[in-house]
Amino acid sequence: MIGGLGLGAGGLELSTHLDPYISACERLERERGAADPGWLRTLRRTAIETFSSLGFPGPRDEEWRFTNVGPIAETRFVAANDGVSRLTPQWLGAFGVGDIGPVQLVVVNGRYARELSPAAALPTGVRAGGLGDAITAEPERIGSHLARYATVEQHAFRALNTSLVADGAFVEIRPNTVVEEPIHLVFVSTTEAAPTFSHPRALVLIGENSQARIVETFLGPDDERYFTNAVSEIVAGPGAVVDHYRLQREGRRAFHMGSTCLNLGRSTSFTSHAVALGGEIARHDVVATLAAEGSECVLNGVYLAGGRSLVASHTEIDHAAPHCSSREVYKGILAGQARGVFNGKIRVRPDAQKTDAKQTNKTLLLSDEAQINTKPQLEILANDVKCTHGATVGQLNEEALFYLRARGIGLEEARSLLIRAFIGEVIERMALGSAREQVERLIATRLAELR
Amino acid sequence: MLRIEKLHAGVKGIEILKGIDLAVPTGEVHAIMGPNGSGKSTLAGVLAGRPEYEVTEGTILFDGRNLLELAPEERAREGVFLAFQYPVEISGVNNSYFLKAALNAIRTHRGLDELDAIEFMGLVRERAKLLELDPALLSRPVNEGFSGGEKKRNEIFQMAVLEPKLAILDETDSGLDIDALKTVAHGVNAFRSAERTIIVVTHYQRLLNHIVPDRVHVLSDGRIVKSGGKELALELEEKGYGWIEEGVTA
Repeated sequence: MIGGLGLGAGGLELSTHLDPYISACERLERERGAADPGWLRTLRRTAIETFSSLGFPGPRDEEWRFTNVGPIAETRFVAANDGVSRLTPQWLGAFGVGDIGPVQLVVVNGRYARELSPAAALPTGVRAGGLGDAITAEPERIGSHLARYATVEQHAFRALNTSLVADGAFVEIRPNTVVEEPIHLVFVSTTEAAPTFSHPRALVLIGENSQARIVETFLGPDDERYFTNAVSEIVAGPGAVVDHYRLQREGRRAFHMGSTCLNLGRSTSFTSHAVALGGEIARHDVVATLAAEGSECVLNGVYLAGGRSLVASHTEIDHAAPHCSSREVYKGILAGQARGVFNGKIRVRPDAQKTDAKQTNKTLLLSDEAQINTKPQLEILANDVKCTHGATVGQLNEEALFYLRARGIGLEEARSLLIRAFIGEVIERMALGSAREQVERLIATRLAELR
Repeated sequence: MLRIEKLHAGVKGIEILKGIDLAVPTGEVHAIMGPNGSGKSTLAGVLAGRPEYEVTEGTILFDGRNLLELAPEERAREGVFLAFQYPVEISGVNNSYFLKAALNAIRTHRGLDELDAIEFMGLVRERAKLLELDPALLSRPVNEGFSGGEKKRNEIFQMAVLEPKLAILDETDSGLDIDALKTVAHGVNAFRSAERTIIVVTHYQRLLNHIVPDRVHVLSDGRIVKSGGKELALELEEKGYGWIEEGVTA
């Protein structure tokens, strides 16, 4: 039993929703607590206490107003067990994950699966493997990073993930290393008879003056209910150049909550591409801290949803140092009765002078019933800064459609040309060809389903 | 042969075309002139299948087929081409990619092989030269950032590449300086042949100095109120449209 939990504000009904998670945390402590370093046990305990007191966010929580996670809270999930034994290479192969590149780390239901991670030689200067192994091998070093960037205080799902942290993926790139091959982290969720939950975790440390491409893929079975609650922390050391891709391609009935927490050192250049294609309820938070002078952060996003699904993108850019720039472009396509949420927070701290921040969100609605709630949130505490934001919501341009048709291009092709043109701007920025091509294919398939 | 009979059409329940009868034999160039609001652009739009127009009565037969039964893309593949009065800017769609997709859709419909990239570029370069169109515009998004003159030349350039059987030029002369006007006219004249039919919709006579029509029709309040030879255009230029309209009401 974890001491002093108290059920507090949530009351009895809420507490039952939390039970399976609290039990999972208690079981983890029972089974391997003794072997884990003290800081990790404290981390988990603090996190489950936070989660218990926060509970699942409700509609009155401003950060979750348009993201109803009721169905997640109300589903009685069981902790996903070892899914590796039942996972066939054919099933995984059908997702084309191998197309991204030869360096691949597979995490199944939150646990690093060595047997599924091809033993291709890692590029020089790269260390990669299970997070659990890294904790055992270098407890102090991992302890100095883990959960330092993904804060749990105000975020129930990050708290929940942290309360169960034991394994996941770990990548370290040594200083002054240029890594050509992308490093691909594949997070697989498997299901059992009852709906399952898992909490994948990743820690990526990129050394000073190094250059790397990191790809994260989240996937699972297409027609089953499961809940993936992921947290990734990426630290880019001074002068690092990082190109990051996050491909969320969960099954259509999945629930996906994910956070990507970035910490950028002096003069880093960090580009992130977040692609959200799957899930019935899917939310992704990017929290980027521009911690030292001269760093540049580019956040690109693409989201697609149809049916009755919900896709939410929250970004939080913290300009904590002077002379940093951030560029953010999120574009989405919503069909059917889908709902979208974009919430773009930019915080400029008092001494972050000469900040240059620009945010754009554009959504294309393919039906009258699809909806988007878009909200910029600028909190500017410095006086010599440049911050702009803009949002548009629209439908396919009828005049453009007629123009294409009047030249002989069929209606369906004309529509798809205009849709691809709309998101092309974001896709074209993906410098990694294998990722870009995969995203193009996935989007084409998804668009065909949405019509 | 294009044959329009008793054509009534409008938008949102308001009738604009009030019974058009017009026959344009294959190989001829006909000009349709008229004051603002007379229905010229509506007629051009109805021919191309612009979705917002509702045809309430009449037929449009082109080479024996009723165009009104065809979607805009099917008309284009049958050889109908509308040079837009206001060409649309389509960001994110590459001009030459677009044109190649259009050309191949039309060729496939006609039972011809699709052109490969090299054949296509050869054709495009040659036709771009005819219209004095900067080849750099081909790699830009469709019409995006084009000047007014470039947009109009791009329309005629597309016509020269797609080689339609019936071309409708909707106020292609508006906004053109005299040099651009001559270039556009040169492109259209090079395109004239015994197999092709051209309808030039214009408010002013000046384009008709350079593209000499076989017939001129005057549209007023949704009807063709006068038809004649090319000299009718000059007469209109001299006397204005008031003369025709008065004649009708008198």
